[in-house]
Amino acid sequence: MSTDNAKIRELSGRAYKYGFVSDLESDAAPRGLNEDVVRLISAKKHEPQWLLDWRLKAYRHWLTMREPTWQNVHYAPIDYQDIIYYSAPKPKTPGPRSLDEVDPELRTMFAKLGISLAEQERLTGVAVDAVVDSVSVATTFKRKLAEAGVIFCSFAEAVQQHPELVRKYLGSVVPYSDNFFATLNSAVFSDGSFCYVPKGVRCPMELSTYFRINAADTGQFERTLIVAEQGAYVSYLEGCTAPMRDNNQLHAAVVELVALDDAQIKYATVQNWYPGDAEGRGGIFNFVTKRGKCAGRGSKISWTQVETGSAITWKYPGVILQGDDSVGEFYSVALTANHQQADTGTKMIHIGRNTRSTILSKGISAGHGQNTYRGLVKVQKAASGARNHTQCDSLLLGSQCGAHTFPYVEVKNPSARVEHEASTSKIGDEQLFYCRQRGIREEDAVPMIVNGFCREVFKELPMEFAVEAQKLLGVSLEGCIG
Amino acid sequence: MLEIEDLHASVEGHEILRGISLRIGAGEVHAIMGPNGSGKSTLAQVLAGNPSYQVSGVARYQGKDLLDLPAEARAAAGIFLAFQYPVEIPGVGNLYFLRTALNAIRQQRGLEELDAMDFLALAKERMQLVEMDPELMNRALNEGFSGGEKKRNEIFQMAILQPSLAILDETDSGLDIDALRSVAAAVNALRSAERALLLITHYQRLLDYIVPDYVHVMANGRIVQSGDKDLAVELERHGYAHFDAPAAAGEGS
Repeated sequence: MSTDNAKIRELSGRAYKYGFVSDLESDAAPRGLNEDVVRLISAKKHEPQWLLDWRLKAYRHWLTMREPTWQNVHYAPIDYQDIIYYSAPKPKTPGPRSLDEVDPELRTMFAKLGISLAEQERLTGVAVDAVVDSVSVATTFKRKLAEAGVIFCSFAEAVQQHPELVRKYLGSVVPYSDNFFATLNSAVFSDGSFCYVPKGVRCPMELSTYFRINAADTGQFERTLIVAEQGAYVSYLEGCTAPMRDNNQLHAAVVELVALDDAQIKYATVQNWYPGDAEGRGGIFNFVTKRGKCAGRGSKISWTQVETGSAITWKYPGVILQGDDSVGEFYSVALTANHQQADTGTKMIHIGRNTRSTILSKGISAGHGQNTYRGLVKVQKAASGARNHTQCDSLLLGSQCGAHTFPYVEVKNPSARVEHEASTSKIGDEQLFYCRQRGIREEDAVPMIVNGFCREVFKELPMEFAVEAQKLLGVSLEGCIG
Repeated sequence: MLEIEDLHASVEGHEILRGISLRIGAGEVHAIMGPNGSGKSTLAQVLAGNPSYQVSGVARYQGKDLLDLPAEARAAAGIFLAFQYPVEIPGVGNLYFLRTALNAIRQQRGLEELDAMDFLALAKERMQLVEMDPELMNRALNEGFSGGEKKRNEIFQMAILQPSLAILDETDSGLDIDALRSVAAAVNALRSAERALLLITHYQRLLDYIVPDYVHVMANGRIVQSGDKDLAVELERHGYAHFDAPAAAGEGS
């Protein structure tokens, strides 16, 4: 991976400076949700009948479902009829075929975000599938990936170009009926990313998608599908930021990963969406379903996440360990400051024999932040020799925040070995005085101590991502000290 | 260099220092001895700027009013405290911490930051001076260090930060005789005409290795006797019993 991704990383780091609204003409669906809106989305994308049918099945199922209430977060009710479910940026000149032809407004916005696509293509080794308001506007490095046989494109494009692959794997990990938010996504998803790595291929570069929520009151419903065939390897980075806004915005994405025999998928997220202001107004509601399936023997899926943004975070990236000897990993840093709330963790479902999973969760609460770890380790009957190790650490800054842990363990095979370790600590006055006695001011000491606490997770991230994640923590903690 | 007059300190309404007066000149080595609960460690903490204490009285350091300065500014002014109980900071590398500290001090003094290469060269040189195990450099700050390793690490930090006044709070406690000898040798190597040392100790044995110019005895929040190094020997023979025993000073000096 090249060293000049710093520009891209800008968007996940430093002060929350992305609070601008670009003046792109939006092509939006009417407010609210009904079958016609679902049909409109499908028609806009020229989708085949089977996909429309799938969306409608999801929509009809969704009507029978209720929003979950078990999570440890509180928010005003969401009016699902007050959301615009589709909006696409309209290019001022039709059909830009290369980066040079991309809408200058759009490119200005990317420049503000620190992603100059032109520069990206020239300088970086990362292929960026930039998503603005649900439609991919530019995809780079296709040629190089194509040479390796890797397919990396927008989801909509994949539906047109590789319908057989999409049809085979869509919903195979997260079925349309999975949960309230995933089902909603299945009905109305607009775009996202698709990646297919063929048998035996090691993807020649780290893949990266940057999501950005833009048009006012537009819920964003991304759909990502990554398939690694036998012996394939792919590493995928997702980073996010959104403009500042007063109204809460719903985000309900679905990510599905499929790893066949001996394949490996690494999926890393740095999430820095608008967290709301210091009083808890505004901010993104992030209800995400992410799941991987180790379908093949000896396959491996790793989730690494650094969650510092959003008013509400609700996500449990999990792994279904179906293949014998498969491995699932979850490394997480979740920070809640001000009035942010996070209910996050993972699910490790052991089905195959000798399957192994590792969970390492670091929760940091500051201000009035509430941070909940919720994890499920399930060992099914056939999963002889299954092993899990879970470590859940919480760090508290101040006295008005909270840390909560809900570990669920279900073991149906007597040979399984499941371990759970948990700790809660506070940045102590003694630690701070020690740092200050050595000349380090409190506002520098706190981020240093917090970064130390997160180090085991950061070392799972690609290096530049880790550097950016450290800076991000420092920025997110500003104003929470003292 | 340091002039203290009628220094009082209390924590949660409980008075621990009850009027300390002391003068320390450049290049001098002072030892403060006394029984548990006499206020020795509190004096060290108060001089270093621990905000947990309510402090009154006068303390001037190189002409500056010390009590007005926050802890980090005292560090920048050259005051270093080798802690009795050095803290652990998990995940923060020992050398990373020390470079951050050195550069924070340099920044406050208006000096340029030391880059990683120059710092590493400095660290390697000073590591030898204090006979520090290089393996400890790559570990997190004090995490999993033995008691003796922590104390030696404090002296290593002192060797890097080069303070003008170093306060060593019970640096000898928890050290076996070999470790004590080698830590004392490191401290002696750092003695200079510009640097003052304030040794806080329970026992006289440290003073066999780091010979003080002055010895003060603290009891019940006051300095009750001052003398030269012979006073320490005398104390070792007779104990602290004939000094005003701390009736209400409480535990945890």
